[in-house]
Amino acid sequence: MQVPRNWRLQKHRYNLLGEVCEHCGVKLFPPRDVCPECSQGAQALYQFSGAGNIHSFSQVFDPPNGHTENTPYIVALIKLEEGPMVTAQLTDVDVDQLEIGMEVEMVTRKMSDDGTEGMIIYGYKFRPPIVD
Amino acid sequence: MTGSTNIYVSGTGCTKVGEHWGTSLRHLAWEAVNLALLSSNTKKPDAIFIGNMLSPRLSQQLNVGALVADFCGFRGTEAITVETAGASGAAAVRQATLAIRSGEINTALVVGVEKMTDAVGTDVTTAIAGGADSDWELAHGLTAPAIAALIMRRYMYEYSVPTDGLSGFSVNAHKNASTNSYAMFRNLISHEQYSRGAMVSSPVNVFDSAPDADGAAALVITSLDRELVEGRTIQIAASNLTTDSLAIHDREDLLTFSAAETSARYAYEQAGIDSNDIDVAEIYDRFGVYTAMSLEACGFASQGSGWEMAQNGSVSLQGSLPISTFGGLKARGNPGGATGVYQIVEIAQQLAGTAKENQVLDAKWALAQCLGSSGATAVTHILHMIDSR
Repeated sequence: MQVPRNWRLQKHRYNLLGEVCEHCGVKLFPPRDVCPECSQGAQALYQFSGAGNIHSFSQVFDPPNGHTENTPYIVALIKLEEGPMVTAQLTDVDVDQLEIGMEVEMVTRKMSDDGTEGMIIYGYKFRPPIVD
Repeated sequence: MTGSTNIYVSGTGCTKVGEHWGTSLRHLAWEAVNLALLSSNTKKPDAIFIGNMLSPRLSQQLNVGALVADFCGFRGTEAITVETAGASGAAAVRQATLAIRSGEINTALVVGVEKMTDAVGTDVTTAIAGGADSDWELAHGLTAPAIAALIMRRYMYEYSVPTDGLSGFSVNAHKNASTNSYAMFRNLISHEQYSRGAMVSSPVNVFDSAPDADGAAALVITSLDRELVEGRTIQIAASNLTTDSLAIHDREDLLTFSAAETSARYAYEQAGIDSNDIDVAEIYDRFGVYTAMSLEACGFASQGSGWEMAQNGSVSLQGSLPISTFGGLKARGNPGGATGVYQIVEIAQQLAGTAKENQVLDAKWALAQCLGSSGATAVTHILHMIDSR
């Protein structure tokens, strides 16, 4: 059970909480403490809106450990409106409805588990926005 | 290369690529080491460099360097494992050239060895996926084929590639493997079979993906002037390793292997040539889209048009830029950390004129490029045949 490794990342995974580089203004997700643009420290927290669009997607039939029960599932590259690209699963949507460029919003969902007695890991997934 | 030390490939050897249920990691390594030493003038190397990525995970074996040195009769010799995911074997070659350049050693033994079959099922998929960003890619269910699939879908979208437009790379690879006695898959495949392939991670299907496998390949690399075959010296004219962001979501352009591009550029500069001079290339054809993008990165095709080489025959043995000449990753097979060493063994055979039915005629300059972590690490070597008669 990899508790510390996943516990460290909770607040970032549950809320899509990243960082902003106070030197050059670039928004960072995942958080990485050193700005890849200007190589200076970038540790100020930044709350992303969760809005983005689908840059690419794939339906996975051959999963790694922890994802077997959920297979087949859809993974995607999501371009967040603030700039960064993130990797996440898509949820609440059929693979046949998907198109590159579709708008999506972030939700917090179960990412994986470790058998019936292991850890359950939660984090961000994306779905088409709910229209009222 | 900076400095004036010339470096030569003086011995090569490799095992069959496949599922070696009956052969352990150390025995597989020994098989290749024995062949390489027999084919060279060397009895004992000054140092041993191992390319291996998965034995700590799949075989519970660390320090494969010390293991191979001990098992192969070189107890006491300097030995180290080099790991850069799928490019580990090529990175081991790189480290050997750096060591010889330093002047501290003359002769290195490089061994790429991998036992993918020491475990089965999702444990192997998970171990291989560790080449990606563990916290921000693997944790979300990404696997190596899924990463290629995300890139492939976007590549086909941006460059209007027709469905199954990449099939020619797999068909070509299998054609070449059919006459390679050590290849894993020696069956011919058709474009039609490719189009009916079961999905692994859409749109990547089974005929688009290289098979993970067991295998070991070895090289003797030396600064001592040594022919590989009578009348031919094979010089390592360039060696480079470059990195890019680990996760693909951090790539500046998802559809450019910028590490591969930079690595190839440095290699051409070191060798004093350009892409037009290359007669044969072994590139990282693990997935069709990686083949297309590698061709572009090495300057063999312009941005977004690498896929066309799958359709116009230029990559065949008789074409303008033969690739996967012994089957490539796709059909010779992809034994993880050993792959990069197989590539060098193969281009050395091409330059030595010993490729038999797979011979590219009059090959004098050859390029081998290996990628790790979907392009986060790129290792490029250029070999040159010098007629020593």
